[in-house]
Amino acid sequence: MTDTAQALVGDGYKYGFVTDIESDTAPPGLNEDTVRFVSAQKGEPEWLLEWRLGAYRRWQKMTEPKWANVQFPPIDYQAASYYSAPKQKAGPKSLDEVDPELLKTYAKLGIPLHERAALAGVAVDAVFDSVSVATTFKDKLGELGIIFCSFGEAVREHGELVKQYLGSVVPQGDNFYSALNSAVFSDGSFVYVPPGVRCPMELSTYFRINAAKTGQFERTLVIADKGAYVSYLEGCTAPQRDENQLHAAVVELIALDDAQIKYSTVQNWYPGDAEGKGGIYNFVTKRGACRGARSKISWTQVETGSAITWKYPGCLLEGDDSVGEFYSVAVTNNRQQADTGTKMIHLGRNTRSTIISKGISAGKGQNTYRGLVRVQPKAANARNYTQCDSLLIGDRCGAHTVPYIEVRNPSATVEHEATTSKISEDQMFYCRSRGLSQEDALGLIVNGFCKEVLKELPMEFAVEAQKLLSVSLEGSVG
Amino acid sequence: MLEIKNLHASVEGGREILKGVSLSVKPGEVHAIMGPNGSGKSTLAGILAGRPGYTITQGAVTYQGQDLLAMSPEDRARAGIFLAFQYPVEIPGVNNMYFLRMALNAIHRAKGEPELDAGQFLKTVRAKLKLLEIEDDLLQRAVNVGFSGGEKKRNEIFQMAMLEPRLAILDETDSGLDIDALRLVSNGINKLRAPDRSVVMITHYQRLLDYVAPDFVHVLSEGRIVRSGDKSLAAELEKTGYVGVGA
Repeated sequence: MTDTAQALVGDGYKYGFVTDIESDTAPPGLNEDTVRFVSAQKGEPEWLLEWRLGAYRRWQKMTEPKWANVQFPPIDYQAASYYSAPKQKAGPKSLDEVDPELLKTYAKLGIPLHERAALAGVAVDAVFDSVSVATTFKDKLGELGIIFCSFGEAVREHGELVKQYLGSVVPQGDNFYSALNSAVFSDGSFVYVPPGVRCPMELSTYFRINAAKTGQFERTLVIADKGAYVSYLEGCTAPQRDENQLHAAVVELIALDDAQIKYSTVQNWYPGDAEGKGGIYNFVTKRGACRGARSKISWTQVETGSAITWKYPGCLLEGDDSVGEFYSVAVTNNRQQADTGTKMIHLGRNTRSTIISKGISAGKGQNTYRGLVRVQPKAANARNYTQCDSLLIGDRCGAHTVPYIEVRNPSATVEHEATTSKISEDQMFYCRSRGLSQEDALGLIVNGFCKEVLKELPMEFAVEAQKLLSVSLEGSVG
Repeated sequence: MLEIKNLHASVEGGREILKGVSLSVKPGEVHAIMGPNGSGKSTLAGILAGRPGYTITQGAVTYQGQDLLAMSPEDRARAGIFLAFQYPVEIPGVNNMYFLRMALNAIHRAKGEPELDAGQFLKTVRAKLKLLEIEDDLLQRAVNVGFSGGEKKRNEIFQMAMLEPRLAILDETDSGLDIDALRLVSNGINKLRAPDRSVVMITHYQRLLDYVAPDFVHVLSEGRIVRSGDKSLAAELEKTGYVGVGA
C-alpha cells in the first residue's frame, strides 16, 4: 500500500468525534422497569406503555436470528444502556433554545439546523442518541397540513394517527430486533402527508449516536395518505469507539391509494478499524406497505458504514397495481460484514417490483445479498425483475448472493440476474494512463458500477454518496 | 525527448522479452516500430506507459531528462505521455465525456493550470471533433462499452487530441480496422502531428504507414531492434517480409 493510501485510511472516518455534553443516561440493563423508565421519560400515554411491555414480553421469548452470513460474539443485552438524552429543557420550542453544543455538532457533520443556513429544500429532524433535538421547517410544512416531527411529539400531538399505524407494517414480534426496538424505542421521526399533497421539500432525519455503551433504537413512521407524495432521506454517523454499539431501528412506511413514498438512506455509522475493532452493529427492520391501489414505495440505500449490517428493506404490495422498488449499494471494506437485501411480497393483482443490488467488497469484507420475492396466490400478473451485481477488490474479500423465490401464482413473471466481477488491473491502468490517481480511478470505476442505484438518490445526497463510496474504499488498492 | 538505452525487461517472474532495446526520439519525430508477433512491441509500449506486470532487469529510459521508469503511470500521463491502447478497456457506467474531463483536469492540476469548467470543456471537445472531422456519437456512452473495434480506436485518438500529449505511443492502433476506419484514424494522427509532439507507432503492417508517413522505421525482433532506417525500410519489408530484413 502506498503511503498516501495508508494516510488516507487512517483519515477514512471523519465523523468519529465525540460531543462533550451532559446527558441523562439510564443505568445499564433491560427489564420491565427499564421499559417503564423509557416510557415515563417521554411522558407517554398508558396504551403505549402497555404496547411496549407487550413487546418486551415477546422479546424475552425470542432468540436472535442465526441465518445471516455474519459472525460476531454474543451481545450482552444487559450491559447496554437503553436511554441517553442530552440534558436540555424539555422540548425546545425553537432552535434558539437548543443547546449550542448540539448545534455545533450538527454543523460539524455538515447538517446546519438553522433554517436560514439549511440546505434549500431539505427539512431536517435531528436525532441525537435517544431523542430528537430539533426539527426544521415545521411551520412551513404545517401550512400544507404535513406533519413532520419527532416521534415523541407525534405521540403527544397526533396520538390517534400513531396508534392507528404503529406496528401495522412491522409487527412487534416480526423478529428479535424489532421486538427489542418496540420495547425500548426512544425517538425517531414521524411524517404524515395528507391526501393529494405533494411534499414540496425533501424531509430528512439525521441520526447521531454520541454516548458510549448505549444502543440506539429509533422508530420512524411515514404515512402518505391518498394521492400524496413524499421523499424522505436519512443519514447516520457515530463516534469512533473501540466497543461495538447496537443500532436496532424500525422503519414503517404506509402508502394509501395512489400515494408514493421515496425513502433514501446513506448509512455511514462507524465501521470499526482495519482490524475489526469497534463499529456499529446495524440490525434494522425496514418495511413499507403499499396498502392502496396504484401506490408506490421506493427504497434506495447506500450502506458504507457499520461493522455489521443486517437489513432487508421490503415492500408489502397489498394494493392492486402497486409498485415496490429496491436500489442498494453496500460496501464492505477491512473486516466489515453486510448481509442485506430486500423482501418483495406480492399480494395484490398486477403488482410489480424491481430490485437492483450492487455489492462491493474490499479488504477482508464479506458482502451477502439476501432477497426474497414471494408471489401469493391472489397476485395475478405479478412481475419482478432482480439484478444483483457484485464487485470484488483484491483477493481476500467475499461476495455471496442468496435469492429466495417463491411463486404461488402461475401468471407471475419473475426474473433474476446476477453477476460477479473483479476490478481489473486493466481498468485501473487505463484510468491511470490518462492521468487519474489510483484513488480517483477506483472511485470512478466503483461509481460507474453503482450508477443505476446512485441516480435514484435525490441530488443533495447523490454527490455526498459518491464521495462516501470513494472514502470508504480508500486504501483498498495499491 | 525520449531516450531508451539497452532496455531489458521480463514478464514478472517469467521469461525475458526485451533484450537490449535502444531508441532515441526527438521532438516532432514520428517513429514506426514494426515486427512479427511476439517480438516485444506491445511490451515496449506498455513499459513506456507504466503498465504493471513487468520487471526491468537492465537499462534505462529517460523522458524529458527524467527517469521515466521511476514514475507512476499517472505521473507519466501528467508529464505528457499518452498510450493509445491496442485493446481499449471498458468502464461500465462511466460517461465518456465525464471520464475525459476528469483526465484532462487531472493533467491540468498537475501542471498548475486552471481546471476547465463544463462550458470550457465542451468548447474544447467541439474544436477537437472538428479538427479530427469525427462525430460526437460516442461521447455520451459509457467508456468503450459496446463500442465496435473501430469506435474504440477512434475514441483513443480523440482522447489523444483532448489530452494533447508530448509523446504519443500508438499500440497497433491500425489493427482490426476496415479501410474507412483506418483512413479516419490515420487522418486524426496526421492532424495531431506537431513540431513539439513525438509519435511512436507500433504496427504489424505497412499499410498504416501508407497513411501516416514516419520519419524512422525500426524492426523489432526477439526483443532487439535489428534494423533501423527511413520509410523506405517499410517498403522493403513489404517485399521481403520480416525474414528478409534479418528478423
